[in-house]
Amino acid sequence: MEPFFLTDCALISIATGETAHNLRELKDRLDRITDPTVTYYHFWAGLLRPTFVDPEYQNDFAAWAYHDLHDRRLAERLAIINPTDFSDIDDLRRKVIDVIEERMDESDFEAHLDAENPFFFTRFQIVIFDTRQRIQTPEQLCEIIPNLPLGSLFYHFIDSRHRTQSRRNDFSEWMAGLGERYAELAAQIAAIDPYFNSLSELRHQLHMILRANLEETPAP
Amino acid sequence: MSEMLKQYAAIVGDTVIDHLHQLAEPLRDKNVVHVNSTREGGGVAEILHRLIPLKQELGIRAGWEVVSGDALYFQCTKKMHNTLQGNREEISEELLRHYEATNERNFRRIQDRLEDADIVFIHDPQPAPLLKLCSGRKGKWVWRCHIDVSRPYRPVWKYLEQFVRGFDASIYSLPAFAQPMDHPLYIIAPSIDPLSDKNIDLGQEEINALYDAYHIDPQRPVVCQISRFDRFKDPVGVIRAYQMAKAFGPPLQLILAGGTATDDPEGEEVLAEVKEAARGDQDIHILLLPPDAHRTINSLQRLSDVIVQKSVREGFGLTVTEAMWKGKPVIGGNAGGIRIQVLNHYTGFLVNTPEGAALRMRYLLRHKERRRAMGETARDFVLENYLLTRHLREYLTLMVAIMRGDGNRIVL
Repeated sequence: MEPFFLTDCALISIATGETAHNLRELKDRLDRITDPTVTYYHFWAGLLRPTFVDPEYQNDFAAWAYHDLHDRRLAERLAIINPTDFSDIDDLRRKVIDVIEERMDESDFEAHLDAENPFFFTRFQIVIFDTRQRIQTPEQLCEIIPNLPLGSLFYHFIDSRHRTQSRRNDFSEWMAGLGERYAELAAQIAAIDPYFNSLSELRHQLHMILRANLEETPAP
Repeated sequence: MSEMLKQYAAIVGDTVIDHLHQLAEPLRDKNVVHVNSTREGGGVAEILHRLIPLKQELGIRAGWEVVSGDALYFQCTKKMHNTLQGNREEISEELLRHYEATNERNFRRIQDRLEDADIVFIHDPQPAPLLKLCSGRKGKWVWRCHIDVSRPYRPVWKYLEQFVRGFDASIYSLPAFAQPMDHPLYIIAPSIDPLSDKNIDLGQEEINALYDAYHIDPQRPVVCQISRFDRFKDPVGVIRAYQMAKAFGPPLQLILAGGTATDDPEGEEVLAEVKEAARGDQDIHILLLPPDAHRTINSLQRLSDVIVQKSVREGFGLTVTEAMWKGKPVIGGNAGGIRIQVLNHYTGFLVNTPEGAALRMRYLLRHKERRRAMGETARDFVLENYLLTRHLREYLTLMVAIMRGDGNRIVL
């Protein structure tokens, strides 16, 4: 059985110095800032940076539209964008621009409304390191998962979506290669929606699925 | 694991400490120097006292140098501090030349340490000119700005920028504070130390002792604001909010606790205004505390039912973090770093007026269960985001990143 190589990561935020004070400026900056780490940051980095995970608006664009622009219609449309639907991060950036343009075309849109606080475009650096820990079986994964570092979870469950062809998580990919016995478990893990959870909640959910499946299936 | 790391592991978990060990591995035996302008007093010194021993525990050769100066030097740097936070005030040529000369004198004293270092962290404007003086440097230099420079008085910022722009990176507490420059502008929020006297768990006996000491009735609810007597903290607005809330019936008591700094001429004036606003009300307790009253502050936060930090301008607001760590919901002014800590209905309430603060006091005092639940959320939020271990993790990440170059993904 091929072991799972457990990796960990740490992320650090970097201000780009670019800001937007209203929706027009937000669109203008999004047109201009093509650095993929900026889009990635504003959709996913909230999970790893010091911030309160907003239970309603998990990407920074939607949260800003709601809390600072007070445009609920726009906030809802931005919040429903699922970043895992986009294999290319630049397509995700274009989708955000589309939603903003659509809103600006509507008759009730107030073009000159300034936000309560500006939007600060931010990028990140990620440091990735091998923990030297190898997991031999899904049963062993189930044992260690309650203490899995959140950086590891981010790397294997979130970051994986933008660096693997299948756009799934690394655990499911590994289990899919272990034969029929773990195929259903791999599929269930892949079906977890990571978007409305903090990493701690995600870890708990993953643990529950592993336990439920592995307790049902006696080892050969 | 060392005793010190074990103490942190007991709070944040072993995995967090293991993570720090692994992240620090490429930095083992690296020579890292922090430079600031005071060994005691103030938030920067407080953080360095803990951060540096922790780096050493992780195998980094971390050290700390302090630049010294006379009254004229600190007069200049105080003016710099105020103007960078927005005050419009000129600083004379004479003072600026003295500031530069003081840095030159300090440089000659610590030149060897600075030239040998792999990474140098320069904290705030006081030692900023050291970089330009250190032509024989071999390491990376990072400027750590702890103050709110979002709207600096431009002439002073322009003067300081000549020293700062040559750094390899700078660090700010919030994205709003970052001043555009050609080097990376890292964002690292401050933190609190859960093992310091201000935040460590206390026995109930020690907390209860304050009821007698300050004539507080343990049977009635307590609302408290801990802060200097400074107009930006709006202590008079807190009294108004308390009066409005009390008019609806709850037998409230209010504690306003803080100190006055000797270098703050406005402090006495504001304290007089506060005393005037509180005149005749025995339930308002104005406590003037010495700078080392950390355990008293800790106890006051713990015995309070609701904590207020009604600032109208705020850098980060570590008193908010401290209160949340003690499981208290916070009514915070909608300003600066308070906004990223207090989220309406989750960890407390953001308010814009004394009326708003009064409304939220009434709500929280009426809904005991909500108060408890919000306090619990607030504590969890601090546990995951604003403890010293997170701060250290980000420092280590930054150090690895600048040692390895400017790539977005750095694989060790």
